[in-house]
Amino acid sequence: MSRNPVAVQVKDLGKRYRIGARLAYGSLRETLAETARAPVRALRGGRTKPPLFWALQDVDLQVGKGEVLGIIGRNGAGKSTLLRILSRVTAPTTGRAELHGRVGALLEVGTGFHAELTGRENIYLNGAILGMPRADIRRKFDAIVDFAEFEQFLDTPVKRYSSGMYMRLAFSIAAHLEPEILIVDEVLAVGDAAFQKKCLGKMGTVAGEGRTVLFVSHNMPAVQSLCDRAVWLHGGRIVDEGSPAGVILRYLESEAESTAVPLQDRTDRLGDGSVTITSLQVESADPDRVIRPSSRLLVRIGYRSERPVRHPQFVVSVSDHLGVGLFVLHNEFTNLLPDTLPPEGVVTCETDPINLTPGRCVVHLEVMKGNVRADYVPYAAAFDIEYDDVYGTGMLPPREWVRYLVGQRWWLEDELDLPEATP
Amino acid sequence: MGPDTTSKSPPTLPADMEPELHSAETRYAPVTVIKPPGRWGALDLREVWRYRELLYFLVWRDLKVRYKQTVFGGAWAILQPLLTMVVFTIVFGRFINVPSDGVPYPVFSYTALLPWTLFAGGVARAGNSLIQDPNLLSKVYFPRLALPLAAVSSLLLDFCVAFVILLGLMFYYEIAPGPTALAVPGFLLLAYVATVGIGLWLSALNVKYRDINYVTPLLVQFWLFLTPVAYPVSLVPDEWQGVYSLNPMVGVVEGFRWALLGTSSLSVGVILTSSAAALILVVGGLLHFRRTESEFADVV
Repeated sequence: MSRNPVAVQVKDLGKRYRIGARLAYGSLRETLAETARAPVRALRGGRTKPPLFWALQDVDLQVGKGEVLGIIGRNGAGKSTLLRILSRVTAPTTGRAELHGRVGALLEVGTGFHAELTGRENIYLNGAILGMPRADIRRKFDAIVDFAEFEQFLDTPVKRYSSGMYMRLAFSIAAHLEPEILIVDEVLAVGDAAFQKKCLGKMGTVAGEGRTVLFVSHNMPAVQSLCDRAVWLHGGRIVDEGSPAGVILRYLESEAESTAVPLQDRTDRLGDGSVTITSLQVESADPDRVIRPSSRLLVRIGYRSERPVRHPQFVVSVSDHLGVGLFVLHNEFTNLLPDTLPPEGVVTCETDPINLTPGRCVVHLEVMKGNVRADYVPYAAAFDIEYDDVYGTGMLPPREWVRYLVGQRWWLEDELDLPEATP
Repeated sequence: MGPDTTSKSPPTLPADMEPELHSAETRYAPVTVIKPPGRWGALDLREVWRYRELLYFLVWRDLKVRYKQTVFGGAWAILQPLLTMVVFTIVFGRFINVPSDGVPYPVFSYTALLPWTLFAGGVARAGNSLIQDPNLLSKVYFPRLALPLAAVSSLLLDFCVAFVILLGLMFYYEIAPGPTALAVPGFLLLAYVATVGIGLWLSALNVKYRDINYVTPLLVQFWLFLTPVAYPVSLVPDEWQGVYSLNPMVGVVEGFRWALLGTSSLSVGVILTSSAAALILVVGGLLHFRRTESEFADVV
């Protein structure tokens, strides 16, 4: 499955956390009290151990030199934990890993940036923090500045930078790290679209240069096009690995399967629970309820709360079979819902014709109150857009090619009609 | 699918970079082994040495940033010990009439305030060094020792600047340093070791227990009373001297005064006790640091 020689060899790797340990750091008093109480408890025989949680378990992995490995899985599946262990930020509880070659890890860009220092100074500081020798930084300095496109601000403290500029500088330094083994967590999720594209391009070159890359992303098209192989982590274990296309497909199918579970019984939700989503129904507004490319959708969201809900935001994100976002429904876009809703009820959104190619779509649902996430259910529902002879000719572009269908009219320009036909 | 977007004209690297990269690859292929930490990790000081450039940059960052947005800027390096000396001279020298080993009180106290400022500042900065930017711990790897070490080391420059003032004071009071002045670097090293020792303990504990934020100023305050900065060692009763010199800063201050001002004869016993105490502090601090280090990222 992987070419010789091996760059990364992982055996039985596991990481256990005490639940809550990551969130609440104990005060000295608590620890002292615990220590004092321990013998008493031991005498009584009743020992209450803190609940343990395996973020990663029994992970075996081999990555060949020059191979680009994509790691996918939902939030909390252990992807980041794996990368944190491989980049030596945190230690494993069990197992062993060997990395052959200089390692560079990007779990975040701009780590250690100091707001008071100028762009130029931060390039040196951040480079050193990422493990670049000073001579290398000096040699690559111009390339870094060129890539970030920000020469004129080189001697301005970064606290005066816009967040976009800040990210561009940070990523540019990271992109010039050039280790033999590159470990990248989802750092591309930041920055403006144009720059993201540029970064993906840069990652493509990195891969092309025969460097080993371990890459965590939720951006399935990026994983599919950049990686030689993909690994799917679920609940801290590797559940599938193989060609990116195959693994991604099986992963997304399984994610969609979670829609079979009634929404109320779903436990993989996030949020403070002040408002709970109780049901979600997506159907066509057509009389026969079949969703076609030209259908309008009716999205019904049932919710429940302790008291009347003030200024709720219902956010329905619809993405395609690869997880690429298609559109978002947000009640504040149109602001037609009343300011305060009863403690329990159903809100409905009716869309315009969706004009999407036939295929599967996935719905993620979120309720916000202000900036606080009240409830979030990923993969809350899935629906299929059935084939329909939209153009009346039996021809339709496939989903693999495009997502959108646009009504169109064609004609040959006649000189007499010219002024009218030009849009 | 055809994501043209990703394969389109990636920015190319300068042509000269390619061969260098390959030569570097063949020169050495370091192997990193990752496994669960033992209860007592080995003191991997070699790793710190490999990252000495980072240490340099961290010190450099500290120096660049420390006096940013202050009116007096670098002058604070001098003002801190100087103003303290003025207050000490008025209160202890004039009002209370504390003896000063036959040296003018301002020189007497300023000589002690030099290493003391390094110690007090170093302990406070080192104690905070790990928690002031949690992402440094949770998002990137480097030997964590670099942070407290850099925090203390950056104060050495302040020390040097403030030292110049001492020379001025000695010139003014017509005190000529003898050949014993050559021993100053040795006592500075002792002060550095003691500061790092305490700093390592506090920084590692601070990651888990933020109580340390409140403990540190208190500790430094108490420590000042237990160090002969404002008074001479001779005021301490003989039977207490042994315990007293367990404080490494006692040896440091005595050493500084002996080396620069020629006060009294140097008690070898005091220096040895203080050095041993400093050594135990720093070795214990290193061991504790190593033991807790692997948890930093999970706890911070």
